[in-house]
Amino acid sequence: MASEGPGLDEVVREFVIEGTEALDQLDVDLVRLEREPSDAALVASVFRHVHTIKGSCGWLKFERLEALTHAAETLMSRVRARELAITAPVITALLRLVDAVRAALEHVAVHGTEPPESYTELIAHVEMLARGEVDGGALLAVEHDESLGHAEGSVRVDVALLDDLVNKVGELVLVRNQLIQLAALHNDSALSARSQKLNLVTSELQERIMKTRMQPIGNLWKKFPRLVRDLATALGKTVRVTFDGADTELDRTLIEAVRDPLTHVVRNAIDHGIESPTERRRAGKTDAGTVSLRAFHQAGQVVIEVKDDGAGIDLERIRQRAIEIGISSAERLRQLGPREVQELIFFPGFSTTKEVTNVSGRGVGMDVVKTNIEKVGGVIDVSGEAGVGTTVRMKIPLTLAIIPALIVTNRGQRYAIPQASLVELIRLEGKSVQAVESAYGVPVYRSRGKLLPLVYLSQVLGLWSPGQSRGSDDSGLNIAVLDAEGQHFGMVVDGIQDTEEIVVKPLGKALKNLATYAGATIMGDGKVALILDAAGIAASAKIAAEDGVTHATPAAQAEPATPAQATRPILLVSVNESRLALPLDEVDRLEEFATTDLEYVGTRKCVQYRGAILRLVHVAELLEERRSLPRTPEADSAGPERRWAADLHADERLQVVVQSNAGRRVGLIVDRILDTVDETLQVRDEETRRGVTGTAVIRGRITELLDMNAAFAKAQEVGTDAAE
Amino acid sequence: MTESIQLCTFFVGDLHCGLAVQHVQEILRHQELTPVPLAPRGVTGLLNLRGEVVTGIDLRYVLDFDQRRENDEPSNVIIRTSEGVVSLLVDTIGDVLDVPASTFEPPPRTLSARARSQVRGVFKLPLGLLLELDIDRITEIGSAQEARPN
Repeated sequence: MASEGPGLDEVVREFVIEGTEALDQLDVDLVRLEREPSDAALVASVFRHVHTIKGSCGWLKFERLEALTHAAETLMSRVRARELAITAPVITALLRLVDAVRAALEHVAVHGTEPPESYTELIAHVEMLARGEVDGGALLAVEHDESLGHAEGSVRVDVALLDDLVNKVGELVLVRNQLIQLAALHNDSALSARSQKLNLVTSELQERIMKTRMQPIGNLWKKFPRLVRDLATALGKTVRVTFDGADTELDRTLIEAVRDPLTHVVRNAIDHGIESPTERRRAGKTDAGTVSLRAFHQAGQVVIEVKDDGAGIDLERIRQRAIEIGISSAERLRQLGPREVQELIFFPGFSTTKEVTNVSGRGVGMDVVKTNIEKVGGVIDVSGEAGVGTTVRMKIPLTLAIIPALIVTNRGQRYAIPQASLVELIRLEGKSVQAVESAYGVPVYRSRGKLLPLVYLSQVLGLWSPGQSRGSDDSGLNIAVLDAEGQHFGMVVDGIQDTEEIVVKPLGKALKNLATYAGATIMGDGKVALILDAAGIAASAKIAAEDGVTHATPAAQAEPATPAQATRPILLVSVNESRLALPLDEVDRLEEFATTDLEYVGTRKCVQYRGAILRLVHVAELLEERRSLPRTPEADSAGPERRWAADLHADERLQVVVQSNAGRRVGLIVDRILDTVDETLQVRDEETRRGVTGTAVIRGRITELLDMNAAFAKAQEVGTDAAE
Repeated sequence: MTESIQLCTFFVGDLHCGLAVQHVQEILRHQELTPVPLAPRGVTGLLNLRGEVVTGIDLRYVLDFDQRRENDEPSNVIIRTSEGVVSLLVDTIGDVLDVPASTFEPPPRTLSARARSQVRGVFKLPLGLLLELDIDRITEIGSAQEARPN
């Protein structure tokens, strides 16, 4: 039976539970009925219970049980129609039937199938009574298979009690952790042996208890066929829904947590995804759309997929909408890959439906779904192809309560990082600390050829600002590489301790709004430590922001791979509306200075930088102005010098590319640092103007290659000769 | 016989404050709290109360007194709210008092606006005034503050 489809085991279990309840009620009712045979309500109740059991048997294809209960139903229907008087033999026969069904249910509970008996004798007897014939034949006692025992698997436990058990086990885990620490301090073999034993038993107990709260996701899916049908009907669409992996289990609390987001996504799929039958026919698809729900375990997480074969996501519409609501610029959007564009639908207030329907698209949309999924430590992403369909994929942790986590220290405090969001640990020592560079104000570290944005935990937590000295970090740099929704970034912490099983405790009302924390936990010494939330930290450090350096994202990897052999890391900057490329390996550092840091020595612009004076030159001053006729209105009114001066007044921060040559440094001021890319340079054009070596197309845009040597040499002269 | 109310009392600054005993779970001496960077003002940290993580709220902040001195050792009044257990940091613990309901009055205007909004009313006792705090208001820290912009 169990192989018949999703959730059937659950259905059978429920049948046993409900059936047993119905039988208990029947026992009571039948006995009362014998005393009060004229009670119509009682007769109706008996009939209803028998009918319910029969219905379930029929539905579960328990044919022999169905035949048995059918006979009883026939008997009761005659009683109900007052065609048959209630006599002791009738009651007796019904009670025996109740016993037979109860025994059968016990068999079902253990084996999942109905017992092999055919109940012919009992059925014949009941049928005979139904015909109004007097009991003549001997009734065989229904055999009761004692060996089957009772249906112990179906003890119903109050959910609150289970939650309490989970909490208590959490306590136990903490005490266990404390004891292990204690045992490690004392060199006592007896103590350490006991603590080892306790360790094992606790782990097992924890695992079992957590299991008790696990529920198959099919429980949640049960409501979808109906929901899909109603929704599709209301929208004049034909939608089929399929399920795969309904027996995938996850913690009850998580089932609750994904209920609303999942419902929303399914509604979306039907409302926005699946097209009307006419549109589908036009697109060469079958009239009926399909929404497939799939769940499976993957690397300690549960993946839930909602896939539809509808119209897919219209990237152009997303781009338009993104510009409309001002979350991105047209320029920025051009640089985004298709996946990155799709991710925009998770922005608050994003909804591209042409008209608001009463089904979805009221502005509360995918951002709420995303927030809810992230609240339980999950991630969500969307992918799809226009015309083919959309897939929304949620990754949810199996359980919330107890998770493995890395303990790090910062400013004398401990913090826990859930193992699930940890990618790797990097330790930089001595000179390699210098390998931390800065791109557009964001410190970055080159990790295996990829730029890894860095955040300092102290800074994220508001414990120091970039202007302040971080104190002595000569001891090295500890970087925990974290994954925030596919985006990797490095978090610099003071120290790294051990991995521990921690019990996640929610934060109180006053702290719920802090996205930086996923909760708190109690450490072995009884102190509280905060659990860091990778996504929250990335968001507060603006790692995933539009500007700055975005790297190592799956989205970037999903883009067509460029030939590996000749790629070079390139820094893209913009100067006076044109894009310039600088070979990143000739760049020393990227810095940002406040205009107030700027000092003048004669006419030279300088800043104090690392204990020395750094001369700054605007790249525009190094380039031969290309045209006499400027292209844009604002450039029309301002030459390079005036623009540059205007920038100063605008109180902008100066973006500076620091270059060094033979021990001398120069800072090249650019308007904006756009991005860094790994690109094969295909120089399309020879030198177009002085100061550049050629032109190439990078990321679909014409980009000039800055002649670094010439720039360096020129920068030495600027301000000495070139009078202002 | 006049109705009376039982209040668990404590001192914050120069105020004698109280909360109805049914709200108060227990009193703890000074505890070391785990600080929470970025927490709203008034939240002093987290406390392990037999395995439960409890937020500490400093009543000096709530009642508009100047900041607690560094080596102060405030006591904890652990209260139960509809949204979990909270620890209130107070200067010193007072007695549990039976006060006649008839002596209750709305909060005096002399209190600062912020403090007044946190007080349900005042009991006029022979020895002075006893402020009954509004348990919902004093634990409201942070929820009024919107989520930090990401």
